[in-house]
Amino acid sequence: MLDRKTPLVEMIDISVSFGGLKAVEDASVDLYPGEVVALLGHNGAGKSTLIKVLSGAYKRDRGTIRIDGQEAAIANPRDAKAYGIETIYQQLAVADNVDAAANLFLGRELTTAIGTLDDAAMEAKAREVMGRLNPNFRRFKEPVKALSGGQRQSVAIARAILFNARILIMDEPTAALGPQETAQVGDLIRQLKSEGIGIFLISHDIHDVFDLADRVCVMKNGQVVGTAATSDVTKDEVLGMIILGKVPPGATAGPGALKA
Amino acid sequence: MADQNVAAAVQRAQTPPTGPIQRFLAATELDTRLIGMVGALALIWIGFHILSGGIFLTPRNLWNLSVQSSSIAVMATGMVLVIVTRNIDLSVGSILGVLGMVMGVLQAQILPAYLGFGNPMIWVIALGAGIVVGMGIGALQGVIIAYLGVPAFIVTLGGYLVWRGAAWWVTSGRTVAPLDATFQLMGGGPTGAIGFFWSWMVAALICVGILAIILFNRQQRRRFHFPLRPVWAEMVLAALGCGITIAAVWTVNAYPWPIRVAATYAKAHDIPVPEGGLIIPTGIAVPVLIALGCGIAMTFVATRTRFGRYVFAMGGNPEAAELAGINTRWVTVKIFILMGALCAIAAAISSARLNAATNALGTLDELYTIAAAVIGGTSLSGGVGTIVGAMIGALVMQSLQSGMVLMGLDSPLQSIVVGAVLVLAVWLDTLYRRKAN
Repeated sequence: MLDRKTPLVEMIDISVSFGGLKAVEDASVDLYPGEVVALLGHNGAGKSTLIKVLSGAYKRDRGTIRIDGQEAAIANPRDAKAYGIETIYQQLAVADNVDAAANLFLGRELTTAIGTLDDAAMEAKAREVMGRLNPNFRRFKEPVKALSGGQRQSVAIARAILFNARILIMDEPTAALGPQETAQVGDLIRQLKSEGIGIFLISHDIHDVFDLADRVCVMKNGQVVGTAATSDVTKDEVLGMIILGKVPPGATAGPGALKA
Repeated sequence: MADQNVAAAVQRAQTPPTGPIQRFLAATELDTRLIGMVGALALIWIGFHILSGGIFLTPRNLWNLSVQSSSIAVMATGMVLVIVTRNIDLSVGSILGVLGMVMGVLQAQILPAYLGFGNPMIWVIALGAGIVVGMGIGALQGVIIAYLGVPAFIVTLGGYLVWRGAAWWVTSGRTVAPLDATFQLMGGGPTGAIGFFWSWMVAALICVGILAIILFNRQQRRRFHFPLRPVWAEMVLAALGCGITIAAVWTVNAYPWPIRVAATYAKAHDIPVPEGGLIIPTGIAVPVLIALGCGIAMTFVATRTRFGRYVFAMGGNPEAAELAGINTRWVTVKIFILMGALCAIAAAISSARLNAATNALGTLDELYTIAAAVIGGTSLSGGVGTIVGAMIGALVMQSLQSGMVLMGLDSPLQSIVVGAVLVLAVWLDTLYRRKAN
């Protein structure tokens, strides 16, 4: 299933520091079309920082990003969107006080012939997309503040797929959700994957993502410990990578691997 | 639009309509907050009418009230956007002062030298220049806030001092008077109103507009197969809107020109004065028309344009707006530019009403403007507020002041009451929101 020709995304030797603190040091990771890569590590391991470089929220100090083999200039979230990179953030980055349709189209509103907002058209499209994702969703007229965690998450995901994202970044996608909603998000990820979208899942909890991911990439102290296909390693081995930085035989060691 | 009546929407969702009042509110989709505010205004009016011995609810007082509220109402429409994005503007009163001076000097001292006194272009050039300077001041403050990262409170606190000082500097403190005759019309007064016929024309236009909007919305909902409002609810809304418009215009037309003004006018135009004096209905005052125009334009901007959508999204969650690819800094600058332009319009109204530009013009107006926006339901924590609410807020503030003057209350006592009412209003609003959540 994995097309090993050209990766969709290649992040090569990325470094980011805040003041004197090196949040990410020479980290490299790649992603192929239709693949799910889980970025794992403790809180503060640098995984969110690394991925925010890709989504344009942080600037990198060094390193290269390639999209489809071409070097990409990503300096802000607008640049990232131009490359088809959509991010769903941990803190559910939705504007609480506006309704689902407004959130779905935020920054890319549909307008009428005279340039005013076409709310009816946006709501119609929102109903269509949400109907595909979450058929039980009915509360289109209400501010997102009034929705449950799962409903908000589906709004955030709908927002990403509405604009034909090719690369989807999900930061702790199920952290705020109950078991049923988590299963729903899992189905959704499989559906997006089958459409050829590349997905980065970021999590500090391996159980959330191990079954969904094709590969895992583990980070520790700002460095990549190692990368492995989920078929070649066990959960315990990955836990060993997360906690100790110990690289099992089935994985490729990175710069952050425990030196024996 | 849902972002503006969060609380109402939440309430609707949680309690299925049961009683007749709930059913009425659900069907008309009226904002309960707005209804509350109109109710409070009605209470204030009736209260003062009784306390002042029946002189508050007279065409004359209501006409004056409408003129006195205009300047603050114009600025409050912009202040809503400023506060919605979690900023504040403490400098609007001082900006009003300096722009009043700039426009005054331009029309009274500079332009007549080139165009001659009374040239009909003078007021246009003066107002245009005022708006451009206002936008420049707003842009400067906006850039410092958005791009240099200085908090709006500090930038506009500085602006409060800077622009008040600049107002003094324009003429070294001298008052500029009299102003251009056409420019003066913007301040109201018997001649600064549009008269009987045109007032009814405006009323007709507004009524047609209300009907058109209701029909258009219904058509849009049908086009996308959304649930429609019941027909009776649409009828009630149309009747309410048109009824209020007609009542307001009837009131201002019931206020005749003062006898002496009418007599002078009769003499100048060779009109025979009938027994009991010449009755000339005043009609809608020009500043009120300007304020209404600003209110409609700003409501359009806030609810129907991308810019307005971004303003509310930024207020709700600045980070989400930034991550959605909105250029939040530039939007902030644009809000302050808009605020500057509105200050210029308010300055024209205030100085024209005085028929003079003084360096104290607009003193304390920033506080009244902020109070109007806040009483009108704009939340200081951002994301919530309506233009129409702020304009009603301005009317509430002015009603309180005017009512206390009619009752003969001392000026220090007036300040105490206004201050207390502001705090009370925000407390009630907090209770309302907490209950709604």
